[in-house]
Amino acid sequence: MKGWKELEIGAITEAGSADSYNTGSWRAFRPRWIEENCIQCLFCWIYCPDSAITVNDGKRGEFDYNHCKGCGICAMECPGKKGKKAIVMEEEGK
Amino acid sequence: MSTTPLRLKELSKKEDLLTGGHRLCSGCGAPIAIRQILLAAEMPIVAANATGCLEVSTTIYPYSAWKIPWIHTAFENAAATISGVEAMYKALKKKGKITERIKFIAFGGDGGTYDIGFQSLSGAMERGHDIVYICYDNGAYMNTGIQRSSATPLGANTTTSPAGSVIPGKMQPRKNLTKIMVAHGIPYVAQTTPAHWRDLMTKVRKALEVDGPAFINILASCNRGWRTPTDRAIQDSKLAVDTCFWPLYEYENGRLTINYKPKEKKPVVEFLKTQGRFKHLFSPENEHILERAQEIVDREWEALLREEAMWKAEEEKKEQ
Amino acid sequence: MGKRLAVTGNQAIAEAMRQINPDVCAAYPITPSTEVMQRFASFVANGKVDTELVTVESEHSAMSACIGASAAGGRVMTATSSQGLALMWEMLHIASGMRLPVVMTLVNRALSAPINIHGDHSDGMGARDCGWIQLWSENAQEAYDNLIQAIRIAEHDDVRLPAMVCLDGFIISHSIESMEFLSDDLVKEFIGEFKAKNPLLDVNNPVTYGPLVLPDYFMEFKRQQHEAMLNAKDVVLQVAKEFEKVSGRSYGLFEEYRLDDAEIAIVVLNSAAGTFKDVVDEYRDRGIKVGLLKPRLFRPFPYKEVAEALSGAKVIGVLDRADSFGGFGPMYMEIASAMMSNGTNPVMIDRVYGLGGRDFMPEHAAQLIDELKEILDTGKVTLYKDYLGVRE
Repeated sequence: MKGWKELEIGAITEAGSADSYNTGSWRAFRPRWIEENCIQCLFCWIYCPDSAITVNDGKRGEFDYNHCKGCGICAMECPGKKGKKAIVMEEEGK
Repeated sequence: MSTTPLRLKELSKKEDLLTGGHRLCSGCGAPIAIRQILLAAEMPIVAANATGCLEVSTTIYPYSAWKIPWIHTAFENAAATISGVEAMYKALKKKGKITERIKFIAFGGDGGTYDIGFQSLSGAMERGHDIVYICYDNGAYMNTGIQRSSATPLGANTTTSPAGSVIPGKMQPRKNLTKIMVAHGIPYVAQTTPAHWRDLMTKVRKALEVDGPAFINILASCNRGWRTPTDRAIQDSKLAVDTCFWPLYEYENGRLTINYKPKEKKPVVEFLKTQGRFKHLFSPENEHILERAQEIVDREWEALLREEAMWKAEEEKKEQ
Repeated sequence: MGKRLAVTGNQAIAEAMRQINPDVCAAYPITPSTEVMQRFASFVANGKVDTELVTVESEHSAMSACIGASAAGGRVMTATSSQGLALMWEMLHIASGMRLPVVMTLVNRALSAPINIHGDHSDGMGARDCGWIQLWSENAQEAYDNLIQAIRIAEHDDVRLPAMVCLDGFIISHSIESMEFLSDDLVKEFIGEFKAKNPLLDVNNPVTYGPLVLPDYFMEFKRQQHEAMLNAKDVVLQVAKEFEKVSGRSYGLFEEYRLDDAEIAIVVLNSAAGTFKDVVDEYRDRGIKVGLLKPRLFRPFPYKEVAEALSGAKVIGVLDRADSFGGFGPMYMEIASAMMSNGTNPVMIDRVYGLGGRDFMPEHAAQLIDELKEILDTGKVTLYKDYLGVRE
């Protein structure tokens, strides 16, 4: 850890550095994406509190498990396809 | 400059300006709102943040989740702090030291906005700074462990208004801060929730386009304080709107528009019953509190409807 | 040389602020500093300065806006007194912790209760632990000179700390004296351009101000502040030297008056030092070896230099225009610390005077010198701490 002579004065911090901090270990439940049921509505993305859903060129990709805390909002809000959810929550470690 | 359409596919191509890796609780409503606000903005934003959950959890040294210039000074003064930043912007712009268009947002929770920060908010709004103040209202001092605020709804069980055998939770209805901000006569005031993302983002854009102060009150659920499962943030926000506990409306230059009228207004108990903080109200002896809660919602909602009708009637008269 | 005019202390301060022409000024009126902001507001209204004036709704918001503006990246000033400074107290720590070179004039006034609008040092002394540089001023000339120098000191790369310039309410703020002003160009040249450090308004290089710092890093930031204060002492002298070149007026860390061979030393701040100097002259005429030390830089306190200057004294009378109830007065504690760390051991007494604007008269000064002479001759001290000029 840096000493007082090396730190930027006034505790001024680099923007966006929390990106490198892992909050994935907080999860008790893990979201699983079932691509075939996904209609690409992106509700999961807009409602994610942890910016943990990757979207590439307008299409959703895998979960960012380094940041996902497993709240389950994405699964709750997922409309799915024909009554089948595209996101399900599964207990971690099972 | 073309404006990003408010479609998720297009918006998802923009950079998220709040990173993951912040330490807000799992399922917190606040970062959902913040992400949407920053995605809505189409110009550089500098933000000030009142002390609170959002501030503490997003900037635990040496980490910061903010990709925009951001400052936190204290609890009661986000509005005053951002007014200083905005004043410096004006000063440097006048001298030609800055040329780009920058807008300014202050974030505060209900504690930092309705209560301890109320004076500095009122002052900054009155002075006419070109700033947007955004309150994320989760209805209590959640950061310090769920103490009641003046935004806490009637009957809620908090750690300083506990549901006891003599006093069944908070005995005062919440303060209608949005209306108080309307009374400041500022160009734009609105109320929304992150569940209604398009409504929220439209309002943020309007607030940022205004030349002068704007205020947006955003209901942001807190599963710790509301005593709900972690996946309820969006569902409970929708219930708040569908019961008219938290109507979606805006005032543009003093003119009211109700942005959403539920086809069938749900009883307020639909919003209350999913939350553990209101559980005790469902005992028979507390029925009168539920009745009073409904009366308050009805009275405020009907007042909004009447006011909107008045504006419409006046405009029709003018057209004739 | 600049022009000589008869002005009040507040006018002198307002004039310095006009010449400094800060980018942002956020302030709230309070007696006896109100006139500073009133005059400055008229400079703004009449285009004499380019400053954005933020007329906030409280002193707490004044300092909050100053902090926001300073972090945004420009030169920021304000002024206050007494309760206003007390209301700012929380934010004073934040300005210094964030290392923002805000410069403030403090027109000293007593703190309530009972409410009193007149001058004493309880406000400034109450803020001595807030991490601000403090320069104290005997008269309007010194207040004006200190304020201009404070800009350079606060903004110096080795310092980057907020600074306050103190002058006595009413006694100096409202009385007229003849003083010399520098020309506008000279002030402009002397203070130079503001150099922003990590400005919030640099949107292409975003930074976070005011994060939560836990025990793992907190002390390192406090150590940095300590270092900046240590550096400030040298910077004060360096800036004073440059100021002397342009003004012909010389400043140090403190002023010594007939102290060289003094057996009896008086330590007194601000306007009362002026009164005291005349009395020192009278006693010198009678062959009594008395001298005076008037601190200028109170934070950081120049312990070593003060102790060296007082090392010849056998008895020292310290005057405090503020009380630390239940303890010695704030100035006494500093002088005692200075003498102890220097290894000299004079007899020292503390006299609290002038609270709430109570006049400090030559007879009070004489009374103290007589008492010190008595101590010198007998070696006996009746009371180490007492009030001077109070009715039984």
